[in-house]
Amino acid sequence: MSDAMTAASGSAVPADTILEARNLFKTLGGNRVLDSVSLDIGRGRVKVLIGPSGAGKSTLLQCLNFLMPPDSGHILLEGREVDKKSKKELCAFRQQVGMIFQDFNLFDHLSALENVRVALMKVKGLSKLEATERAVAELARVGLKDKAALYPANLSGGQKQRVAIARALAMDPKVMLLDEPTSALDPELIGEVLAVIRDLAQGGMTMIMATHQISFSASLADEFLFMDKGRVVEHGSPAELLGRGSSSRTQAFCSKISELTGDNEAGECRL
Amino acid sequence: MDFAVAFNAVHDALPYMLGGVVWTVGLIVGAMLLGLALGVPLSVLQVYGPKPVRRAVSIYVWLFRGIPILVQMYIFYFGILSWLSTLPGLTGLGLDGPFVAAVLVLGLTSSAYQSQIFRGAIQSLPPGQLKAARALGMTDAQAIRTIILPQALRLSIPAWSNEYSILLKDSALAFTIGVVEIMARMRSIASTTHEPVSMAFVAGIIFFALTWVGVKALNMLENRVRIAGYTRQGAA
Repeated sequence: MSDAMTAASGSAVPADTILEARNLFKTLGGNRVLDSVSLDIGRGRVKVLIGPSGAGKSTLLQCLNFLMPPDSGHILLEGREVDKKSKKELCAFRQQVGMIFQDFNLFDHLSALENVRVALMKVKGLSKLEATERAVAELARVGLKDKAALYPANLSGGQKQRVAIARALAMDPKVMLLDEPTSALDPELIGEVLAVIRDLAQGGMTMIMATHQISFSASLADEFLFMDKGRVVEHGSPAELLGRGSSSRTQAFCSKISELTGDNEAGECRL
Repeated sequence: MDFAVAFNAVHDALPYMLGGVVWTVGLIVGAMLLGLALGVPLSVLQVYGPKPVRRAVSIYVWLFRGIPILVQMYIFYFGILSWLSTLPGLTGLGLDGPFVAAVLVLGLTSSAYQSQIFRGAIQSLPPGQLKAARALGMTDAQAIRTIILPQALRLSIPAWSNEYSILLKDSALAFTIGVVEIMARMRSIASTTHEPVSMAFVAGIIFFALTWVGVKALNMLENRVRIAGYTRQGAA
């Protein structure tokens, strides 16, 4: 613990590191779901979390913005440690760390426009006019300007997730956490959400994404982190982990998924 | 029963009986609003408050649900309020009047029931709603005000209209401490005209009409604040 403290307060972090987590532990219901997980991500980088269900990917993402506070460990945003006991600091931190959920979590009583606008007004203190302008622009960016007036119940799953992305982007986050953004979608709706995520990555957004879309994310990711039983057991570039001759866990896992989904193109798990 | 006599008695008594409507409506509006004003924060505290606060709310709810309204009317009217009104600074404020006591008892009791209506509605919302609000940087207070309560209160309207119809009839107990509402007037007229049954019918019809009007009004409110495609099922 004291080692971790000195490590966290040290300044060995490269200057462009945006988010850093050190030695995160989390126990839920007697199970250790995070077991000393550390990671750091530089500006404009994309890291992808891969691994079987229950590996701790979702817990890790929720710990990273304190929706589920870690039992111990340190989280630093641009080199500054977040004091999770200060509610004010926590709110300021979360504004800068966008979160996309598997099941969208749009506010059901608000239209698409209001979903994007509400935090701009309540949290950022923008006027209604300014917030509306910004919200319309963000909806346009995800291709949903014409759906602004619709309520979540009248949007398709893919549209809901795109509104959720617009909502997070409107806060100008420094990093985005995506928790299996396409796992709750019907197959024919996945493409439109992946296209938005690809645009984000190409636009330089820093992202940490948990996903089972391995071949898609291989084309975006700077690094794959393979998690199992609460630990990062393997990490490296997609080329390293999925490359020819690789016998990585990631590669084996990917083959298993392709087999299960019947998505059996031979090259899928080989770069 | 002589119907002509009964009809004349009712005809003569009607204006006096209807005069009670003002008091009954006053009781019920005052009690529902007091119950709402206390019930919402109570429900929020019971769901999101720290453990000792949750326990305190739970005790409050048990007390007001567990003690009959009639008993409370006596405790408040003859006890607490008449004592309070003798305290310096509180004299002459009318705290010892029966109407105040009745509104207070009905309102506090209703706040206990209403808090459970709202608590159920809050807990029926998907937990992701609060998570998403927090993830955007909202404080819990902001999230509860702008995300949780607007949804929970909408879901509460059907149960709230049930609470209205129960409270309306409980308000008849206010006659015991001397509020001249519909029930009190029925009793006094029944004893002077010796037409208790026909007067009871009149009172019953008036109460029924008030129930009908109130429930219809709340139905209209429910439709007015309805959100396209948003139902309990659709929210999931």
